[in-house]
Amino acid sequence: MSGAARYRLLLCGLGGLTVVLFLLSLSVGPAAIAFSDSVRALFSDQSDAIALIMKEVRLPRALLGLMIGATLGLSGAALQGYLRNPLAEPGLIGISAAASLGAVLAIYSGLTAMFALALPLAALAAAVVAVIVVQALAGLHGGTLSIILAGVAVSSFAGAMTSLALNLSSNPFAAMEIMFWMLGSLADRSMLHVWLAGPFMITGWAMLALLGRSLDALTLGNDTAASMGVDLRRVQMLAVFGTAASVGAATAVAGAIGFVGLVVPHVLRPLVGARPSRLLPASALGGACVVLAADIAVRIIAPERDVKLGVLTALVGAPFFLWLVYRTRRRLA
Amino acid sequence: MRQARPMRIACAALAMAAGAALCAVPAVAEPPRRVVSLNLCTDQMAMLIAGEGQLYSVSDLAVDPHSAVLVDEARKYAINHGLAEEIFLMRPDLVLAGTFTTRATVDLLRRLGIRVEEFAPENSFDDIRDGFRRMGDLLGRRKRAEELVAEMDRELAGLRAHPRPDVAVAAWEPNSYPSGNIAGRMGLTGMAKLPLELLILSRPDMVAGENPHYAAHSVAQDNFVHPAFRAAVRGAVSVPLPARLTICGGPFTVEAARMLREAAASIPERR
Repeated sequence: MSGAARYRLLLCGLGGLTVVLFLLSLSVGPAAIAFSDSVRALFSDQSDAIALIMKEVRLPRALLGLMIGATLGLSGAALQGYLRNPLAEPGLIGISAAASLGAVLAIYSGLTAMFALALPLAALAAAVVAVIVVQALAGLHGGTLSIILAGVAVSSFAGAMTSLALNLSSNPFAAMEIMFWMLGSLADRSMLHVWLAGPFMITGWAMLALLGRSLDALTLGNDTAASMGVDLRRVQMLAVFGTAASVGAATAVAGAIGFVGLVVPHVLRPLVGARPSRLLPASALGGACVVLAADIAVRIIAPERDVKLGVLTALVGAPFFLWLVYRTRRRLA
Repeated sequence: MRQARPMRIACAALAMAAGAALCAVPAVAEPPRRVVSLNLCTDQMAMLIAGEGQLYSVSDLAVDPHSAVLVDEARKYAINHGLAEEIFLMRPDLVLAGTFTTRATVDLLRRLGIRVEEFAPENSFDDIRDGFRRMGDLLGRRKRAEELVAEMDRELAGLRAHPRPDVAVAAWEPNSYPSGNIAGRMGLTGMAKLPLELLILSRPDMVAGENPHYAAHSVAQDNFVHPAFRAAVRGAVSVPLPARLTICGGPFTVEAARMLREAAASIPERR
């Protein structure tokens, strides 16, 4: 009862914070536009400079921050719940590495110079191949361990291929573009990216959201969950394909953004009473807050240096995670 | 002697893409009046070719003395950092960009209805000529571009007057890739990207790069130089070749070629 009330309060708080950060994200940029003007421009049907900047430059950036953050938080929580492994994160099943490889190949081959969507489409295609390989390796009845191992194998292979592309790149400018892209960023993304990634992400979220009940049952162990009527095959399919669809799309438009999917569920878990079904929405909102905040920070701290979003999340996320580990360890001791 | 070095597939594909883009855009009667450049190489090309008041802004790299040659010239223009919102607010009628590193920004600017022309990195003097002529056409300054090309060719011809085909050059530093081309142009043997063993066998007469002294002479902190390489280039002439001369193609490339040339002339006849 008090637990449920506290949970509702947490969701409201996180939801409110997400809205505030979303609006803040809309109001940050090199063009000095008053906040009221910017909001008005967003809803006007004029096509003056302010309206164009708001609708075509800042809105897609804020939307992608929201969507990608939610994707990372949600899939991180779902994978940690499903695999019952505290180290699980969206990159674990190999999707991020594979999507990165697809993007890198698009840059390397010069496809990106041919048409605008070559990069995200190649990344998505590689993510699809990766999820099929992981699913095939893990097998239909495969346990969680085989999924982790298959994911590690796919990640390593994609990482090696990416390194090979960098290694063989005859053009130092192409190598530089590959490096920068892999650091992860939301700078100058357009509504085209939102429309491309949106359907995949929403499909992925829906699949992961269906997992809630089953994840609660899984905390009692596989056999108990199965005896309670949980279809383990279905759970595996939802977890793997849900993560692949949403994280694949996120990586395709923004590059790999680390640590959000790992840290956010860990931070929120004690606050929701360690119930995976409750952790899913809380973690999605928390992830959105973190990515939106980081993307705002990137633009405020060094507006002219274009510090990459993925660099900042890892820079802040890693020490924070260490502190979290330290605290947990002390409590366990 | 005149043909360009074979380019890798990626470069060829890019050149094709750039060519296709060029063909797709019909020649505009009215030259652009507010040009913004996002790339160091297009910055320098545009500064050389553009008419009075035609170029509005150059990239922040153009005022970095380590990378750019025309630093003082660049300070006269507004400086941009390659962000779509910032560029859009400058209200350019033409944006110049490189084919790499500003991909997302270029796509977004096109979406916003701004004309963007992309230039691939140059790999040969032919690329440089093509680049200058294309820039001249885009800015409505073909005559100025032809002048620059003719001047470059004149200086190159002067350099080629006394070929020294048997000088081996070791390009020091992995990123000094264009100097190999320059060396090839001059009839020298380009030695960039060779395995160390072959490099030692070729007994380089000259070491060229940002700071070739590290390689040619024994310096206290140069423990990252392979001892065998150091032994092989001992006695070789070292040519300091600033990166700013070799990053982009242009008249500065000729300057780099001249530096190599003069150093080569100081080498006694091959043993």
